[in-house]
Formats: sequence, structure tokens, C-alpha cells
Amino acid sequence: MAELPDEWEVAPETGWIEPALAEEFPGLSIVSTALETRTGRSPEPLREQLRLLSDRIAGAQAIQLRQKPIPWAYRVFFRHIGLDPDTTRTPIEQLIFERIHDGRFKSRNRVDDALTIAMVEVGVALRAFDADRVEGRVGLRLSEEEEGFEGRVSPLPDGTIVVADEKRPLGILFDRTAEGRGVKRATARVLLVAIGVRGVPDIAMEEALWVAGSALRA
Amino acid sequence: MTEELLERLDRPEVLIAPQEDVFPPAPPDGLDSVLFEQDERDARADLRRQIAAMELALSRLFGSAFPRKGIDFSVPGMGGPRMLSVDELEKVRDSLAARIQEVRADLHDYAVVEEANRELIEEMTADPASHKWVRVYNEDVGEPGCKNWHAKPKWGVLGMLLGWWQVKISSGCPLAEGLRPPES
Repeated sequence: MAELPDEWEVAPETGWIEPALAEEFPGLSIVSTALETRTGRSPEPLREQLRLLSDRIAGAQAIQLRQKPIPWAYRVFFRHIGLDPDTTRTPIEQLIFERIHDGRFKSRNRVDDALTIAMVEVGVALRAFDADRVEGRVGLRLSEEEEGFEGRVSPLPDGTIVVADEKRPLGILFDRTAEGRGVKRATARVLLVAIGVRGVPDIAMEEALWVAGSALRA
Repeated sequence: MTEELLERLDRPEVLIAPQEDVFPPAPPDGLDSVLFEQDERDARADLRRQIAAMELALSRLFGSAFPRKGIDFSVPGMGGPRMLSVDELEKVRDSLAARIQEVRADLHDYAVVEEANRELIEEMTADPASHKWVRVYNEDVGEPGCKNWHAKPKWGVLGMLLGWWQVKISSGCPLAEGLRPPES
């Protein structure tokens, strides 16, 4: 595991949840932290971490995964919001599926690799956005009537749960990111976002951000 | 406790005939629907609890079903991510319940066949000559791996001519082959 620089500590900022969502889904939460880093090819220590992680995950873990508390909590939440977790896989299950399918965790880029390590280690769903293209705090809300979504021709279906800043949706929950809001080569600051559901302890969300942040600083 | 229950049975089923004007089908105008909203929210919360319990049951069945193949664990979604209504949550719950029943039935069917195969292995081991060339794989008894029990003649053709049969247990899966993943 990479050493965290002394001067950097994860400072998670709790995001807002639309009251209607908070009432329906107690335990739903979103936490974020921004850090200065660039994406691009992963450095060797990060790729080495991925290789070590690949060695630790095998078929047996994949079979038992959905019975573990945090992955199970996400599966349940997927059912609650109308998603079939066997079709639209939970973030952790998608990563484990790819590990089994590809024979290893493939290195993509610095940010994706850091998210992979944190999600597999902790199990919490993480996303990354370009921090300089986020206005205000992030949160979770329902889409409004005929609300547009960058990169999508038609408006979002009314009532879709989205990750949003104070101006616009940044991404559909557990789905695609709005065009231009994700991390690109030109991104100088990355906003790491952890999405928690009932059954996922707050400490796990902070840990996931910490692990991802550490990996990004590797 | 039992007496209390018996007492309740003595009561007339309907004390007062229900009157529609006492129980209106919808909230009166001007009273909004706060009460009804609250009821639905409780119903949704209750359905979500049931869905969580069923998802756990299905996950456990998934774990215990390995390595059996061909069992369908899928439960269709309702098109999300969004807040589901009571009706939709009921559909998810009912689909989960149906799927759990089907998976249990499938596992039961597998168990019957696997038990028969285990008995066959015992019979083969006790009397190999009566089970010439029969081969039972690990998969046939619901276990992972590549082991198999094979009734074959000792010393090849000579054993076959002389009736010297034995059950040979294979040594397991062949070593993994193929390209090693690249270092970088």
C-alpha cells in the first residue's frame, strides 16, 4: 500500500440529499473530497498494486461476494431503485466480474486504477469527476421534468436519481457520467465521490476515499 | 394464550355492518392525502425490508448452488434508478419470491440426481465389473473440480479379458495452460 504524504489528509465533505430521497432511503449518503492530481498512464507502483490485488481475488471470492454485508447492501439498494444487479452490476461486482473475465485487473489510467483499488479493498461505490467543472457541493436528487443531461439527446426520464452539483446533473446514479464532467487528460483536480446506502458504515466511505486518494498519490 | 384465541373465535365475525359513508374510498376534498401518503410510505418501507430479506436468501442460494450450472437467478428490474411505487415494489418482491422458489426447486432436483450418483459411485467401488466403463464426474455429485471415478480394466486389454476391473479416481484438474498475463 502506498504511503500517504504527511501533508495530505482526506477531508470528506458530506453532500446533500433531496428530502424526498432521504425520507424514502434512510442511510443514503454521498461524501466527496477533491485533490490535485492528473490522470494518464498509471505509475508502476499503482500497477503493482493492481497486480497484487488481482492475485488476491479469485473465483471463490466472486461467488461469496454478494453475501458480504457491503456488496449485499448495494444489491438490495439496486433492487429498491428498480435496477437488476445481475444486469446493471453494482460497482464492486462489475470490477470482480472483469477480474474473473480478464484474468486480472487491467490497468486503465491513474484515476480508474485508484478507484478500482479502493472499491475492491473496501466495497464502497466510488466515482470521479473533474472538480473544476463542478459547481458547489455535490448531492443526490431526482431529475426534474424534461431535465436535460449533457451528452444525451433526449431529456432524462422524470424522477431519475442523479448525482448533481448545485446547477446540473453530473451523472446518473450508478450509470453514465454527463459529458464533460468526467475526468479527462486536461483535468487538474479530481473530485472523488463515495455513494453510501443503508448498511454501508460511514467509516467505510471515508476509508474508500482515503484508499483512492492514497493510490492517486502513489 | 390459547384461551384468549378461543374467546376471539366466539365473537361474531362482523359486529357492525360496514357502511360506505363511514369508510370513504378516498380522502375528502380539502384534507389532502397526507394520511394516505404516510400509509404508502410505510408500505414501501415494509416492502423494501421484505426485498432485502429475499435478496439475502437468493444470494445465499447463489453461493450454495456453485458449481451447478444452468440455474437462473435473474429477477428483472423495473427500469431505474428511480423511486418505485408500492405496485412496482410488490412486483419486485413477488418476482424475488418466485425466483427463490424456482431456485430451491432446481436445487432439489439437482440434489436428487447427485444423491443417486453418489450411490452409483459406492456401487461401482463395491462391484466394478458390473459397471464397466462407467465414469462419474465431480460435477455429477455437485462438487467443484475435475475429479472423476472411472470403472476400467486393470492392465488394459489383459484385465479386460480376465475380468479384472477397478474404479480409478482421477488426480484432478489438468494444470492451467495458456499465455501468462503480461507483466505490465
